Amino acid sequence: MSTQDAKERLELLQGTLDLLILRTLIFGSQHGQGIARAIQQTSQEELLVEHGALYPALQRLEERGWISAKWGVSSNNRKARFYSLTPAGRKQLVKETNKWNRLTGAIARILGSEAAEG
Amino acid sequence: MFGRKRKLDDFTSEIEAHIQLEIERLREQGLSEDEARATARRSFGNVMQTEERFYESGRWLAWGHLSQDARYALRMLRKSPGFTAVAILTIALGIGATTAIFSVVDATLLHPLPYRQPEQLVSIRADLPGAGAQDVGMSEPEWQDLQRSGIFEYVSPTWFDENNLTGSSQPARVRILIVAPNYFALLGVKTQLGRAFNPQDHSPGLILEVVISDGLWKRAFGSDPHVLDKSVRLDSDLYRIVGVMPPGFDSPGRTAEERDIEVWAATSFYGTPLPDNPPRNSRFLPTAVARLKPGLTTAQAQSRVNTLVASLQKQFPGDYPLQSAWSLRLVPLQERVVGNVRQSLILLFGGVALVLLIGCVNVANLQLARSSARGREMAVRQALGAARTRLTRQLLTESMLLSLLGGIAGLLVLLCTKQSLLRLLPENFPRLSDVSISWSVLLFALVSSLVTGAIFGLAPALHAGRLDLTHALKEAARGSTGSGEQTRTRRILVITEFALSVVMMIAAGLLLRSFWDLQNVRLGFSPQNVMAVRTRLPSPNDPRNDLYSNAAQETPFLREVLRRTRTLPGVEEVAIGDTASIPLDQGLRELKVISEGQFLMTVEGRDTQGDLPSVVERSSVTPDYFHLLGIPLLRGRFFGELDDDKATQVAVINEAFARTYWPSQDPLGRRFKRNRVDSPWITVVGIIANARTESLAEADVPQIYLSLYQSASRRLAIFLRGHLDAAAISTQVSAQVQSVDPTLPLSGAQTLNETVSASLAERRFSMEMTALFALTALLLAGLGIYGVISYMVSQRTHEIGIRIALGADRKNILRMVLRQGLGLAIAGAAVGLAGALIVSHLMAGLLYGVQPTDPLTFAGVAFLLIGVALLACYIPARHAIRVDALIALRHE
Repeated sequence: MSTQDAKERLELLQGTLDLLILRTLIFGSQHGQGIARAIQQTSQEELLVEHGALYPALQRLEERGWISAKWGVSSNNRKARFYSLTPAGRKQLVKETNKWNRLTGAIARILGSEAAEG
Repeated sequence: MFGRKRKLDDFTSEIEAHIQLEIERLREQGLSEDEARATARRSFGNVMQTEERFYESGRWLAWGHLSQDARYALRMLRKSPGFTAVAILTIALGIGATTAIFSVVDATLLHPLPYRQPEQLVSIRADLPGAGAQDVGMSEPEWQDLQRSGIFEYVSPTWFDENNLTGSSQPARVRILIVAPNYFALLGVKTQLGRAFNPQDHSPGLILEVVISDGLWKRAFGSDPHVLDKSVRLDSDLYRIVGVMPPGFDSPGRTAEERDIEVWAATSFYGTPLPDNPPRNSRFLPTAVARLKPGLTTAQAQSRVNTLVASLQKQFPGDYPLQSAWSLRLVPLQERVVGNVRQSLILLFGGVALVLLIGCVNVANLQLARSSARGREMAVRQALGAARTRLTRQLLTESMLLSLLGGIAGLLVLLCTKQSLLRLLPENFPRLSDVSISWSVLLFALVSSLVTGAIFGLAPALHAGRLDLTHALKEAARGSTGSGEQTRTRRILVITEFALSVVMMIAAGLLLRSFWDLQNVRLGFSPQNVMAVRTRLPSPNDPRNDLYSNAAQETPFLREVLRRTRTLPGVEEVAIGDTASIPLDQGLRELKVISEGQFLMTVEGRDTQGDLPSVVERSSVTPDYFHLLGIPLLRGRFFGELDDDKATQVAVINEAFARTYWPSQDPLGRRFKRNRVDSPWITVVGIIANARTESLAEADVPQIYLSLYQSASRRLAIFLRGHLDAAAISTQVSAQVQSVDPTLPLSGAQTLNETVSASLAERRFSMEMTALFALTALLLAGLGIYGVISYMVSQRTHEIGIRIALGADRKNILRMVLRQGLGLAIAGAAVGLAGALIVSHLMAGLLYGVQPTDPLTFAGVAFLLIGVALLACYIPARHAIRVDALIALRHE
């Protein structure tokens, strides 16, 4: 991956990173770098996640009690901090996903109608 | 997780781990070590910023700011040691003194008495307002009425006495309290050893059991655990020890003597040695405590007691004549114990708080001066992007730190000097032993430190926040500092300071004048070279063992003591009286702990006295008493040796008594009698001049004197005049007295000058303390005005230089500077005088012989303060006129 690739990628919308993190963790606990990778891979390298921005977000989610963290050992034997979804986080994910779907649906309808008119 | 703070270290190592993982992933994709590291770092973004965002997200930020501010403040304080020392010293003084007074207030006024549900405890006082008498005591039938009234759970009369205790390791004089058997149940306290009295006991006479104090148990019985099997002799009667009270238990009382009871004996107040059926009008029970029925308030109980009193008056009209208006008053026990010092304490606390406030104002002033000197620093910091709130907070932190340091210093000094400070309190101060540096006192010191810091830090801090940048930077460059607004604030502070010290000074001035007047009052008797030594004749329960049951038996003893003591070295004159005859004695009689020294009387030829008080002060004395005290005879004669039990009863009265009861007649030969069955008529044989033997503050209290040979007393005072050896006299007298009766203990040798001085102890205490606070206030206010004026002069050096260069008269300049200071002082004095008017009226009860609006004090204080202000301004003013025009201009 080069810098040029990075420039063509989409920047994340405000507030969506939390949702993506929660969604990523639904498959089990993961460390920060793993989450970053997962988001990039799942989005087929479309999304730009600045790794640095990930950690304050993780910290925030942890403080709200939606995820919990534990130091552990990664698959290649490195020490890493593993995050996992709490029950409260699971509920929050459902809520946020619904909200997101409604939002994108509404935006899509508007954009769609405009496209039709235009 | 909630609430748990994550350390920055942990966060950093997580980021480190992330980058390592990323490097490894990239290496796996085939990048070189260096390329992988660079790419990983790039895709992570700014590590530092991430860390900062983590830091700011948590409570770490506030804490970080605080510790940063505190560190910075410490550095700043270290950099100006002079300012820091003065500020800390001022605050330490203020907080230390305030906390000291608070510890006394806390122990006396705020802490409930240490008994079970102390709010249910009351003291019962009986008054005869119609006869002008308060605290006349209670009779046994009245006690029984109260017991049965359903208003009280328990009622116990208390009767203080001193007794000779034998049967322990050494004979000792002990303070004994005779109470009802329910006394300890009433207070709700338990013994540490043995048991208390049986509250239901109603047997006649004295119950032959005693409870002793922990102190006596340790002192006289060496903490013997088998003390309960022992018997002790009180006077000549044998009592069994049934219980020992725990350490720290005190009977409720105003004075150390009243509290520090060593032996409690119980009786139901009838049966030998008391009358079998005590009459209703024989009020021999001096005072009583009671516990209200649960749920009753004092006010409710009082109204039910009033109903009871009314029905008793109807039932026994002979014992309760309507004109004397017998009434019973319930006083909360706490009030009874500390009531008399409340006003002084509040005054002192107010005074010391004012001093603290003045200290605050001074430190605020210093801070302001410093902050204008630091104006440039503040301006630069703001220009570089420091938030205003951050600067304000920085300055507040500095002030808080100063005041905390000051508070700690004050507290340390207080802890070190606690013992010597306690000695300043009058000995008779209530609850003195409870005064301690408790948690609440510490909390008070902490809170007052913080409040102090907030008060003196607020003005400078707000100023820093409102700094006009351009102005400040320009001004600072020119070397002159301070805005008009700041000067205004400083002036207001100085005016406040002056006003507060005027209030303090006037309060102190009024107290000083009262004290001065009292001390220089014409006594009407001469206390010089007179000593009084006390003794007490035993009163055994069995009248057959009583050697002093009446005047006829007592007189030979009195004469023998007089004869023997007269021969002692240096003694010129001797007389004996009952303890009521000791002039100005703040004794137990004054506290109405024992009922003696007053009686209810009827004057011959008058059915009712109308408005005249029928309770009068009386003492019994031997013939030489008046001459010994230098009280002049106006008419008639003094007592003689022949006025004994075989002769007719005679009395000497004072002028006030004569004028009150026989205003238009010759009192000599007139008769009066005590309102008791079988009391004989007493004939007036002499009139003496008024003397302030009852109270320094009252000039003409009607008084009667009876012959001790006719009206005996067991509590005696032996008066000796001459050039006495104060140290030896007590043993000399006791040797002589004990050669007459070896069982008699002697105590309380005191010169009359000491007695007179002791009667002023509480007044002296509040006067001295207030004066001390007032002087401190004056000093601080002087420093304050000095600071402001010299600051003003230094600010205007340039201007003054120009004036002088242009030929201004130096006198004019002096006048200009002084006028500035004078203006502040006059404004402060005016505000202060208005405040003092309010305060002086509130303290009217503490004054004697001077009006709360005493013009002399008010004017004197105002002039004194203005004088101090002028003096404080003169020093900077002289600097001003010595300004060298050249230097001042070059200053630019």
